Amino acid sequence: MAEAPETLSTQGLSAQGIGRRPALIGAVRWDTVVGALLVILIGVSFSTVGGFGNALNISFLIGNTLPVAAIALPMTMLVAAGEIDLSVGSTVGLSGAVMGALWNHGVNINAIIVICALLGVVCGLANALLVTRLGLPSLAVTIGTMALYRGVAQIVLGSNSVTDFPQNYLDFGSGRLGGSFLPTAVLPWLVLAALAVVVLHATGFGRSVFAVGASPEAAWYAGVRVKRVKLSLFVATGLISSLTGVFWVLHYASATYSNATGLELSVVAAVLLGGVDFDGGRGTLGGAIAGVFLLGTLQNVMSLADVSAQSQTVVTGVLLTVSVLGPRVARQVFARQARLQPMRGKS
Amino acid sequence: MSTVLIRTTPRLRRKAPRAVAALAASGLIALSLSACGGATKSSTDKAASTAPAVTQSGSADPNAATKKGLTVAFLPKQVNNPYFNISDAGGNTALTALGESYKEVGTTSATDTAGQVSYVNTLTQQHVSAIAVSAQDPGALCTALKQAMSAGIKVVTYDSDTDPGCRQVFVSQASSEALGRSEVDLLGKELNYSGQIAILSAAQTATNQNAWIGFMQDELKKPQFANMKLVKIAYGNDDAQMSFQQTQGLLQQYPGLKGVISPTTVGIKAAAQYLDGSQYKGKVLLTGLGTPNDMRSYVQDGTVKAFELWDPGKLGQLAAYTAVALASGQISGGQGQTFTAGALGSFTIGAQGVVTLGAPTVFDSSNIGQFNF
Repeated sequence: MAEAPETLSTQGLSAQGIGRRPALIGAVRWDTVVGALLVILIGVSFSTVGGFGNALNISFLIGNTLPVAAIALPMTMLVAAGEIDLSVGSTVGLSGAVMGALWNHGVNINAIIVICALLGVVCGLANALLVTRLGLPSLAVTIGTMALYRGVAQIVLGSNSVTDFPQNYLDFGSGRLGGSFLPTAVLPWLVLAALAVVVLHATGFGRSVFAVGASPEAAWYAGVRVKRVKLSLFVATGLISSLTGVFWVLHYASATYSNATGLELSVVAAVLLGGVDFDGGRGTLGGAIAGVFLLGTLQNVMSLADVSAQSQTVVTGVLLTVSVLGPRVARQVFARQARLQPMRGKS
Repeated sequence: MSTVLIRTTPRLRRKAPRAVAALAASGLIALSLSACGGATKSSTDKAASTAPAVTQSGSADPNAATKKGLTVAFLPKQVNNPYFNISDAGGNTALTALGESYKEVGTTSATDTAGQVSYVNTLTQQHVSAIAVSAQDPGALCTALKQAMSAGIKVVTYDSDTDPGCRQVFVSQASSEALGRSEVDLLGKELNYSGQIAILSAAQTATNQNAWIGFMQDELKKPQFANMKLVKIAYGNDDAQMSFQQTQGLLQQYPGLKGVISPTTVGIKAAAQYLDGSQYKGKVLLTGLGTPNDMRSYVQDGTVKAFELWDPGKLGQLAAYTAVALASGQISGGQGQTFTAGALGSFTIGAQGVVTLGAPTVFDSSNIGQFNF
């Protein structure tokens, strides 16, 4: 049963690590394309879309994109390791619901944030154990826990909405640095992003993530602790999701059980758009981050241009389809050319 | 799939990895650095009570001329939702009559709060004259709406309110009291004021439902209802299947049941569907809040005699007139201010900036043909 994907992803590993790409076309990578598209989109929007270029709008854009951008960091690693977590949106909601309920019970807000962080670790751990111990596919496990965490959130807070959090915390959630266009909350995100880039692209752990995603069996024979890698990625995803839940509550001044419904799809869409391979073993954080902001900017621009919500959904859907198919088709074309012209490929 | 292969390898079981701890620690540090200082609900409550109240009512000139060339944007809970299609079309009608511009934006999901916030921000960027919004969440829109108001944009909520400080006027469909009492009166008349009745509500925690039910229970205390007894409140969670099953359960549990009130459009439709296919059709009476299109066939075949709802088209019209009156400076949202809303007549702003459309409309076989929503 596991034969087919194994073979495929082993091929992927060799394409990434061992085999050389054809010189001309292979030099253009998908994540570079996405990054370039983002730069072009921003440039064009600055000059042609009314209301886009001012500080207020840019801060709206970044602030609204931050939740997706935060969860995309661990999600990129998880997908690169061949797994996925669809329960992140529900973890955000659960974290917010718990935050609201505890606040209503008079708990100190700093204590609440620590509790929410621990809660995220527990959520991630539950996913991780179900996947690594029971050997269940993460897609199935996290579809289950997606419903479970959302249900618990509803039990915890009911249909209440808690809004009266302390003003300095709300300012952190929706405020800007000085008079600039940068939301305050972008600072911790930058720290996390830098950390994630280093961990994934410059450490042994990062290399083992790609190895696990390319072929867990080969990685295991090479001495990688496959389960441990996956477990730590799920836990990190849970933790970042619950902290995002705290940010969400402060950003929108609202703790409800339905916070961030459907966020998991935006995250997965952005990560895939950024060129991270759904089968694992391949992808970059830079690409994923570019994907996140490309989708965010596109939505912002479409709204400013009065594109209806339905058409926006269609555009996002087309982009997603392209992002899943695009890199794959491109790779097959490259692979065929490499086979046809082996000498040029080795230059 | 591939994880199956490695399931049995014992050396993968080790203690929690350090990388996770490092990530956890750095995340927490980052967060606590940027938002330091502790607070609890009680400490901020004290601070809030000493803070000056937000003053709503600025200057208003009831005789000011209606400005021309205004743009009023409707932001419903959900676009392409039949109910909001009707109400926003009402808004369009009123604005066209006044010679103003209408536009509608919104999310395709009724629970996409973040999407609603981002639409408010977009409208602020576009400098519309006024926003008429049906809030998915009372608190979530506040920051964005306050930003819009400080940019000079007038904000009206309709159908579903925000916290009062985050808008100028709330256009309410009907008062909770009128809705609750009139449903009991409607059923009482049909039952000749005697027999067991039950309520089929939405979620147990739904604030609007519970407010209506509170007024229903109070109405039932009046002497003319001495022979009418409320035996049970069931909850169908606004889920068609669950509401259907709850209706079935009610009738099995109380064979003497004479009437059901379902103050939710999903509940009343499911209950009517059950009654229609059961032996209780025409024997157990049903009323509540429903839409004419949902209930038409059940009124025509005699399962339901009458039910009620406000007219969403008029609600949208009133929201549009309110927005234009605000943008023209005729009102500012203060209690007691009055304005004219075209053919709907004159309205006075009540406490906390609430304008009420009026008594609910009762739909029965005599008038249901005139409504299409």
